[in-house]
Amino acid sequence: MNDAAPHDALDDNRQGLIGTPVDRVDGRLKVMGQATYAHEVQEGGPTAYGFIVEATIAKGTVSQIDVTDAERCEGVYLVMTHHNAPKQAPWGPLLAKDRFARSAPQLANNRVDHYGQAVAFVVAGSFEQARSAARLIKIRYAESAGRFELAPNLDRAVIPAGRPGREADSRVGNFEPAFASSTLQIDARFTTPVQMHAQMEPHATLAYWKDGQVIVHCSSQLLMSAKNAVANTLRIAPERVRVVSRFIGGGFGGKLPIYGDVILSAMAARILKCPVKTALTRQQMFHFTTHRSDTIQRVRLGANADGRLNAIAHETWSHSASFDNFYESAGMQTRTLYAAAHRLTTHRSVSLDLPVSDSTRAPGEAVGMLALEQAMDELAEQVGIDPIELRVRNEPLQDPERNIPFSSRQLIACMQDGATRFGWSRRNAKHSAVKEGNLWVGMGMAAATRGNLLQPSKCAVQFDDQGVLTVRMAMTDIGTGSYTIFTQVAAEMMGVPMAQVRMEMGDTDFPPTPGSGGSFGAASAGSGLFDACTQLRTKFARKFGVNAKDVTFAGGRISGAGRSETLASLAGSRGLDAVGEIKPGAMVKKFSQQSYGAHFAEVTVDGDTGEIRLRRMIGVFAAGRILNLKTATSQAVGAMIWGVGAALHEHAVIDPRYGYFVNHDLAEYHVPTHADIPAIEAYFLPEFDDKTNPLKIKGVGELGICGAGAAIANAVYNACGVRTRDFPLTLDKVIAGLKLQNTLSTAGVPPHFKS
Amino acid sequence: MKSFSFEQPATVQAAAASLATHADAKFIAGGTNLLDLMKLEIEAPTHLIDINRLGLDQIETTDDGGVRIGAMVRNSDLAAHSRIRIDYAVLSRALLSGASGQLRNKATTGGNLLQRTRCYYFYDTARPCNKRVAGSGCSAVAGFNRMHAILGASDQCIAVHPSDMAVAMRLLDAEVETINGSGVRRVIPIAEFHRLPATTPHLETNLRRDEMITGVKLPAPLPGRQTYRKVRDRASYAFALISVAAVIDASGERAQSARIALGGVAHKPWRVESAELGLSGATINVKSIDAVTDQLLAGARAYSDNDFKLALVRRTVHAAVAEILKNSPQWK
Ligand SMILES: Cc1cc2nc3c(=O)[nH]c(=O)nc-3n(C[C@H](O)[C@H](O)[C@H](O)COP(=O)(O)OP(=O)(O)OC[C@H]3O[C@@H](n4cnc5c(N)ncnc54)[C@H](O)[C@@H]3O)c2cc1C
Ligand code: SF4
Repeated sequence: MNDAAPHDALDDNRQGLIGTPVDRVDGRLKVMGQATYAHEVQEGGPTAYGFIVEATIAKGTVSQIDVTDAERCEGVYLVMTHHNAPKQAPWGPLLAKDRFARSAPQLANNRVDHYGQAVAFVVAGSFEQARSAARLIKIRYAESAGRFELAPNLDRAVIPAGRPGREADSRVGNFEPAFASSTLQIDARFTTPVQMHAQMEPHATLAYWKDGQVIVHCSSQLLMSAKNAVANTLRIAPERVRVVSRFIGGGFGGKLPIYGDVILSAMAARILKCPVKTALTRQQMFHFTTHRSDTIQRVRLGANADGRLNAIAHETWSHSASFDNFYESAGMQTRTLYAAAHRLTTHRSVSLDLPVSDSTRAPGEAVGMLALEQAMDELAEQVGIDPIELRVRNEPLQDPERNIPFSSRQLIACMQDGATRFGWSRRNAKHSAVKEGNLWVGMGMAAATRGNLLQPSKCAVQFDDQGVLTVRMAMTDIGTGSYTIFTQVAAEMMGVPMAQVRMEMGDTDFPPTPGSGGSFGAASAGSGLFDACTQLRTKFARKFGVNAKDVTFAGGRISGAGRSETLASLAGSRGLDAVGEIKPGAMVKKFSQQSYGAHFAEVTVDGDTGEIRLRRMIGVFAAGRILNLKTATSQAVGAMIWGVGAALHEHAVIDPRYGYFVNHDLAEYHVPTHADIPAIEAYFLPEFDDKTNPLKIKGVGELGICGAGAAIANAVYNACGVRTRDFPLTLDKVIAGLKLQNTLSTAGVPPHFKS
Repeated sequence: MKSFSFEQPATVQAAAASLATHADAKFIAGGTNLLDLMKLEIEAPTHLIDINRLGLDQIETTDDGGVRIGAMVRNSDLAAHSRIRIDYAVLSRALLSGASGQLRNKATTGGNLLQRTRCYYFYDTARPCNKRVAGSGCSAVAGFNRMHAILGASDQCIAVHPSDMAVAMRLLDAEVETINGSGVRRVIPIAEFHRLPATTPHLETNLRRDEMITGVKLPAPLPGRQTYRKVRDRASYAFALISVAAVIDASGERAQSARIALGGVAHKPWRVESAELGLSGATINVKSIDAVTDQLLAGARAYSDNDFKLALVRRTVHAAVAEILKNSPQWK
């Protein structure tokens, strides 16, 4: 992508498939239970079942491991420990082009680097047999002291290795003196806790070997990375690995890496010469897979009396596993969101002996916006203007740090549209001004923004004499609706009904794509598909004997020069095929690319108990062309719900004595329930961004979480005047800020009660 | 999970006898707590006695105008029963505030009384826990104890009983009816049913090893208005941080009688009868409510993460009483 995308068949939208809220093509399979997820696949013969034994210390070594009793159990085929595990490549490398293709060995030695790491693996005839045998393994550890908390370890923070264009630090102008001389100053420290992905579908693998190749059915967002990770770990050629992931029950970043279920199953299947199936239990997922790092953030805003920012700084700290190099890019959005002459953003990473932190839905913005957008709310109050007006006054004309134009930016339009829909004008600017019975009522808003990405991707298409278009790519649908939107694009491009498109994905035998992650999936794989269809159209035109720009594709026919023919007959018995490709190019350097939006929330705070409940929420987004209003809306609403969870509920509690997450199940790791989520609405403004990719779309999967929790925090402040900068906002933090006498319920009670 | 044998007796007597003869036997009712514990091998019975086919699923009126609830009456059915909704609203509300619809459809009256604590460390066999392994230590005292007790705890265990239903039953002075392997029946007042941890946190109730719960008897309805206020970290499907069950019979400014029970604060539902006496005949106002709350909280001790419960109890007692007064007919 080196130039703006020209007018194309999707713009014509002759069949009207683009943008319409068509149902999911795999919806019926899913509700009928016929979509087979990794753990449900039966293939390769009679299957053995694995169970992973996790370390119950956070740091040290396994000094003794006795598997005699486990091996003697009925049905047990194999007990694997570091004593008998096959040799694998060492972990890493630390700095890799594809961090998710790194070697990830299991049971490689007796070292324990984090709580919940695999220390043994039991394979038996049934899951129950494997699990009960696993309990009989006796393990002795030599434990060493570890570090598990961010705050006491800030002095050990390092500057993480950034990437070109995403360096760890940025400086423009001279922040400190500019801030010091600003009329208005906000200087606030925020914390966000460790969060879990908690996907509906736990990680699971079925692995077996056939003709020297290992076939791995697993739950992976990035198939090509998974394939290479298996090859790298087992030291075999990538051609000897096939990874299949047809249906995935949620990813959120927690299925970007592969885990021990994949590697252990593959190794055991090779030894036992039979398929081995391993699923993580819900509790195991908390330590065995990745999580979102907790963060500490300091935001400083320096403004003049009318609220125009002169200085803006966002400094962030997060943690990385002791052997890894992750950092949460929580300050990135602050480089592009608001205008200010003097700017500073920093990222610091603290190595801790916790389980592995990594990307989680909207890494960076999801937590960074919680801080930045609360600080903006505080500034608006200081200035004495509406929070939207504050953003209007600080709207930059171009990217304020890179000094290049935005590809498209409708931040203010989203705010204004949302304000109307929400009834923002009814908000009382003074906090603690509205009370219904014993409930304080408040409204808050926040901006949304998320960086836009494009990755290289390929796609193969084939048209046969039955009029069926088959699309193949090693792309995944992690529940987002990828199958559906690609079917729409392919059908619209080729002028055939959606029912004539066979979308085959989720298999590394197909052309490579970057997979699903970072909201780049639709843009990248979709652009590869777009290119493949464009080429196929050219081939059809050539066969038809008319110039490609003078034909139309509709109703399964090609027409032009006064003639018309069915594509099926033109394709003939040998069919017509094409391979397409997209490569990111100069556009990412020429244009600053983000999606934007605005969140509005109304909450109640119980004056007696401090319980915060969401009443309603509206998000308005501008994210390029919307391919399917239904799936895009679902993504936005789902992300906003996570924003509610991030603001009010989610918190994996670290016990520093043991180096683990205490509340490692879904009874005590709280996510919102239905009762916590009343009316949530998401809207999209019309937008066509021809600088981003040939489809003119932007990522939608992560935008909705960015800023959502800040809108809630701002609404809580507006309701009751309590500003909590440590997430989640639980009732104990609220009642600590409420004054007893003037908050307890008195409405409607008899007069003598108050005496 | 360990292997176990499984039995489906046909009569209550046979079930109780089977429990008495098998050393490591357990009843399975709804299974909503037991199965989770078995998967984690926190409970490892070698013999399971299914009591789902014994009847015990009726709600009947007793001679003294109260009701008898069969041990196998599901939480959903109990909450929806018209007698319970009309005369024992606090119980209906408490039940509906617990767990989720699916769980309440399975969960039984007997099982609910016997559900075990939700202490995080109790659920994790890798951690010391006196309740799980006597003498191993308590991980919660110096650990994360947001949900833990502020009353009646010991340095051996600071767990709370998680049931909402039991708090309402405590308010209502329910009685637990049992039968043992030899057919001997016993009635245990709810106040004496659950125990405080003291030095034996693994003993949670005074039910004997060979006893089965057959039902729960509620005395004749109390005069006055009832409420149950559960305070939690999310709107549904969360255990109580604290809860308040209250009944107040007020005419004019004065209360004839009042009762208050607390959940989420101790190893058992918490009620101090002597404190309630201070309300009977007294004007109900902030001062008198505060005085009762002081007595309810007498000897309370908070730990690192749960000191908010002290303020929360006071605020919620206040809210519960205010709610009752607000809805009392004489103030309409
Ligand atoms: C995620 C989750 C959330 C929950 N939230 C709440 C909540 O908010 N509030 C709340 O109050 N509860 C809550 N619960 C707990 C739920 O109420 C209990 O699990 C349920 O009441 C137990 O009843 P059961 O019939 O399923 O018991 P079972 O699991 O079958 O049995 C529990 C115990 O009682 C014994 N037992 C059962 N019946 C008898 C009998 N008749 N005689 C002698 N022994 C017997 C069994 O042997 C076993 O030891 C929750 C549970 C879960 C899993
Ligand atoms: S509080 Fe009780 S249940 Fe929890 S760890 Fe301590 S002893 Fe065990």
